[in-house]
Amino acid sequence: MEKFVTFTGTACPINQSNLNTDQIIPARYLKWTRAMGFGKALFYDLRFDSEGQEKPDFPLNNSVWRNSTIVVSARNFGCGSSREAAVYALYDFGVRCVIAPSFGDIFAGNAMQNGLLTAVVTDEEAAEIMGSLAQMPEFPVTVDLDQQTILCGNRTYKFRIDPIRRMRLLNGWDDLALTENYRERISAFKAEDKIKRPWTAPREQL
Amino acid sequence: MSQPQTIIDKLWSAHEILRRDDGESLLWVDRHYVHEGSFHAFGKLAERRAEVTEPGLTFGVADHYVPTRGSRRNIANPELARMVRQLEENCARHGIKLFGLDDSRQGIVHVVGPEQGLTLPGLLIVCGDSHTSTHGALGAYAFGIGASEVAHVLMTQTIWQKKPKRMRVSVDGILPPGISAKDIVLAIIASIGADGATGCAVEFAGSAIRALSMEGRLTLCNMSIEAGARCGVVAPDAATFSYLNGRPYAPTAAAFEQAVEAWSKLATDEGAAFDHEVALDAAKTAPIVTWGTSPQDALPIDASAPDPRQESNPERAQYLREALDYMGIAPGKKLTEIAIDRVFIGSCTNARIEDLRAAAAVLAGRASKVPGLVSPGSTLVKRQAEDEGLDRIFREAGLEWGESGCSMCVGINGDLVRPGERCASTTNRNFRGRQGPGARTHLMSPAMVAAAAVTGHLADVRELLSGRKV
Repeated sequence: MEKFVTFTGTACPINQSNLNTDQIIPARYLKWTRAMGFGKALFYDLRFDSEGQEKPDFPLNNSVWRNSTIVVSARNFGCGSSREAAVYALYDFGVRCVIAPSFGDIFAGNAMQNGLLTAVVTDEEAAEIMGSLAQMPEFPVTVDLDQQTILCGNRTYKFRIDPIRRMRLLNGWDDLALTENYRERISAFKAEDKIKRPWTAPREQL
Repeated sequence: MSQPQTIIDKLWSAHEILRRDDGESLLWVDRHYVHEGSFHAFGKLAERRAEVTEPGLTFGVADHYVPTRGSRRNIANPELARMVRQLEENCARHGIKLFGLDDSRQGIVHVVGPEQGLTLPGLLIVCGDSHTSTHGALGAYAFGIGASEVAHVLMTQTIWQKKPKRMRVSVDGILPPGISAKDIVLAIIASIGADGATGCAVEFAGSAIRALSMEGRLTLCNMSIEAGARCGVVAPDAATFSYLNGRPYAPTAAAFEQAVEAWSKLATDEGAAFDHEVALDAAKTAPIVTWGTSPQDALPIDASAPDPRQESNPERAQYLREALDYMGIAPGKKLTEIAIDRVFIGSCTNARIEDLRAAAAVLAGRASKVPGLVSPGSTLVKRQAEDEGLDRIFREAGLEWGESGCSMCVGINGDLVRPGERCASTTNRNFRGRQGPGARTHLMSPAMVAAAAVTGHLADVRELLSGRKV
């Protein structure tokens, strides 16, 4: 996994709460493979109308935010389904960081697995950042994971992130490589557990 | 005497292989369910030339992309056929038992697991689907995971997790007639919000929960994710044990007795501490419907849609305006005046036998004013419903009786609500476009969907139940 330390880019404000994974990527695109690139499907039904024409009001269609690499939104971003394609869609579009007051648990876990930073700020801070971006859209935003800061215009905000997720992103750790270190502990647990909880095994089928 | 523990603590510690200094734990996984959508994870295995480490603890179910009508052996739509075939091939290659389309036990994964006795109290269960929380109804620690985690579980039978906070939602009192688990859980979500339980594992407790059938508990835990919860759990009790006794994959005879002894110890100890407590009065619960685009946008059926002009918080007013606009509902409109175009009875939330009986009790001898589809939760539920004559009631009311699958809950098998159409649905998510682009979804219980079908608008089922056996 790619490391995440600091990142600077154009940030797009999408001021909607509960922006769920069905909005991030509609279910009909889930059968795509990663090689096809999910970026085209990002926010599809919010970005395009039923004829495939861009909806001019959606911020990502605004010429200044078209190539955004940071998204700022309201609370409970990424709630809903466990589809990791929601993260693929953001990442393949070029987004490396989402700033919001809270995130769906599964989404935030998936984001970490793919090197996408989920930075938590307060409701007021998110609103303020979105307000600043509306005033000066082309102004770059810098996110520093080591310092846990967001630099937007002349203001610096502290953001929160689970310390475990922070360490993983900073180091680009891969789950499997990490687990590999504990092979013996896993085998020992399994052997002991078989005796402790014999009833867990699915009954043999004829 | 050791420190009193919650069921959440007990389930957690039974699976904790190790905890690192940073607080992250490696947990043992007892059951892993896969479906067509798990292809990304199998792809990751193929890339690494890795094997499934515990195929005997992994079970496949075809549900997300399966057709509910037409031939299921020769699926006409090549893309759907490919998705199902991919799952068959991945399961065959790795020696995973599959409940596929040629299996009479096929159904929605969250219906099949409990039905087959694969889901048991005390187990840690994962699946690449957010509604995995359903299995907590039996006293399991069950949660949805993403594709990278699915690949990790396939390769190691373990998962990294940080222990969530513990929340207890207590529902006491006696549920009035016509009110079901769906109404309870929608009331909870409306009260705490769609992120009210984020970062928490939730135990559902109290006399009203104890009084719920297993089907009701499954509905309740199913929707715990809609409040943002990591998982939901109900302590196993006599109802759980009797539900499991004789299920194909559950232990039998002496092994069952031994299991029941262990399961009986899972309940939260007297005096154990939770991080958050929420209480609800069952007696005050009314039939609930959603009016907006999040499950938290839920109100009793006798209420009116919100009016943004009456809202003092400008952001909340904006949220209400956008939701009402998408839903095509005038501000302040009485909910019972909202006409519907279609009904759907199905999904991992509400398609078990009890759900079908509740809907049929309202529909019997009546006609639906709108078209609709009934998709049973599993092929076994379908057969049982047919044995009970429920299929005839649905058909005679003018509804379509389909095969089992995720169907119109997520629409990826082609069962879609058309743009602008309004659907009364027993499903779990009323997100914009969830049932198809432009679709408008109102969530409610199976009995309430039946009431909407009979009247052609959102309706109070209690008025249709008088003199009927429910």
